[in-house]
Amino acid sequence: MSGSRPNLDLERLADRHRRMHRIRAFEEQAVAALQEGLVLGAIHPSIGQEACAVGAVGSLAREDLLLSTHRGHGHTLEKGASAVAMMRELFGREGGNCGGKGGSMHIADFSVGMLGANGVVGANINIAAGAAHAVRLKGERRIVCCIFGDCAVNRGPFLEGLNWARVFDLPVLFVCEDNAFAATTRTEAMTGGPGPAARAEALGIPARAVDGNDVDLVAEVTTELRGRILDGGGPQFLWAKTWRLTGHTAVDKAAYRDAGEVEERWKDDPIARAAETLRAHGVADETLAGHREAAVGEMQAAFEEAKAAPWPEDGALYADVQDIGDPREAAFRW
Amino acid sequence: MVKTSYMEAGKRALAEEMRRDPTVWAVGEDLGRGGVFGQYAGMVEEFGPLRISDAPISEAAILGSAVGAALAGTRPVVEMRFADFALCAVDELVNQAAKARYMFGGQGGVPLVVREPMGMWRSSAAQHSQSLEAWYVHIPGLTVVAPATPGDNLRLLKAAIRSDDPVVYMEHKDLWGIEEELGEDEPPGALGSARIVREGDDATVVSWSAMVRNAAAAAEQLAEEGVSVEVIDLRTLWPWDRGAVLESVRRTGRLVVAQEAVSVGGFGAEVAATVSEAHFGNLKAPVKRLGAPRIPIPYAKPLEDMLRVGPDAIADAVRAQL
Repeated sequence: MSGSRPNLDLERLADRHRRMHRIRAFEEQAVAALQEGLVLGAIHPSIGQEACAVGAVGSLAREDLLLSTHRGHGHTLEKGASAVAMMRELFGREGGNCGGKGGSMHIADFSVGMLGANGVVGANINIAAGAAHAVRLKGERRIVCCIFGDCAVNRGPFLEGLNWARVFDLPVLFVCEDNAFAATTRTEAMTGGPGPAARAEALGIPARAVDGNDVDLVAEVTTELRGRILDGGGPQFLWAKTWRLTGHTAVDKAAYRDAGEVEERWKDDPIARAAETLRAHGVADETLAGHREAAVGEMQAAFEEAKAAPWPEDGALYADVQDIGDPREAAFRW
Repeated sequence: MVKTSYMEAGKRALAEEMRRDPTVWAVGEDLGRGGVFGQYAGMVEEFGPLRISDAPISEAAILGSAVGAALAGTRPVVEMRFADFALCAVDELVNQAAKARYMFGGQGGVPLVVREPMGMWRSSAAQHSQSLEAWYVHIPGLTVVAPATPGDNLRLLKAAIRSDDPVVYMEHKDLWGIEEELGEDEPPGALGSARIVREGDDATVVSWSAMVRNAAAAAEQLAEEGVSVEVIDLRTLWPWDRGAVLESVRRTGRLVVAQEAVSVGGFGAEVAATVSEAHFGNLKAPVKRLGAPRIPIPYAKPLEDMLRVGPDAIADAVRAQL
């Protein structure tokens, strides 16, 4: 429990509680919008995993770079992307982070160093290693943070990318946000050996395993590992164990888990845990409820703004394919 | 003027771009020792091991990390050793490099050159000999270059390195040793522009990469018979110079496309279809495609030779159209 640690900073934890609520509210609003047909494609909520986003991404500096996953709304918000722009992106509208051409799975905001979610599991690992390679080549003082899920450790890029980061001694923090499920399959049933940290260590990368629902702990360890990287310690690995409280996608009812198990896991909800610690230290219920209300209000406003936003202009279809060659040419008869 | 081989031309292009732009760097297996064919010989001495970087045999990491390095502000040139090995990095090239600019709404580009030595060479058999250019042409976001001469290798590799989008750059292994006199100052070439190798009025032969030599040799044979053949080297397959091909066929009324690749689904089909759509009424003979049969490339030389589209086959195809 957060409360058991000696360095508890109530104000800081309250702020993290508030930010976890922003992520929760954003995703709940997005799920509602999907049901209304306003969100067009699949979304992958991270409900129950908010402590990883706030703890890890919230401990990065503005200039650090981030690579995320298909389940990356929380990471993107925490890196500093606008909730309104993100909602517009999910709705496929003009003014979305990617002009409505990426959607939830390909959301990115380069202006805040968020170099992209990814629709392919594990593909961001090599990309992150390469971004860190660029950071080193240019002599910059910043790190690259790469977040991936537990199922990514079973893909080739995990081996290749971690090895790459090690042999080139790159400034990259790998965060395995382990929500226990690979889509609808339990990851433990599909993963050999003792798990992600042991695999990282086998490649020479120091690894730490933490309770990923303890936002202060995730933040504390992230800050420590980031410092080691900046001090020239090379790549570091964080295994944050959490649990996906809802389905793989927003339409997955997750019937492959029994209700009792899910109910039990809700007791470990990272937002409720932070609230409990704050309450135990005298923070008023109305302050905590205020965080929730403010977050819901912000995201409802984002929803309304996105709903009112126009579709991308037709010209966007052909924009940003590549500088040379006309993509229209071959699509029409002469 | 300096006599320069096709391989030296590629090295010169990279070195000149690296001197000009400190964000250009190269990474691939064995580069510190000159690369598998010697295309990088001596470069690590000038540029150091950070900019001429060795790599583990991890094609997905070589290409995938280059995507990240490009998104984060450098201009990587990656060496795939053999075009066949790039298939270990298809996700990184097709799903990541080619799509990032578009799916992120233009927020970031991927200025990346992927060098993929291609083609049949010294009985390298099924996994070291393929010509897969058509696959890449099919992918929106990729530029595809296949130079046939040392001069084009120099000028087009420079252009590829300066491109802000990913370029699949396919040098033909059988051309490494061919030589050409090149100037001291050779600016970048224009991607997407064909070269008229030889002018002619009776038929048009379109090819690219090493096949251009055979097309030129066929035209030479036919000239002795009084047949005037226009030979076009496409040089770049996407974007490709439709204008040059259509203008030529408008005059000649006949088209043969010659390629080393498997003919089925090859780039020659795109050329043939485009010309048929544009010039159906003007054609004096059906368009003819020449390419390899749809079989893996065999090891034994006599069998491998049976796959090759030689000058005689090209000349025969033109004669059949007359």
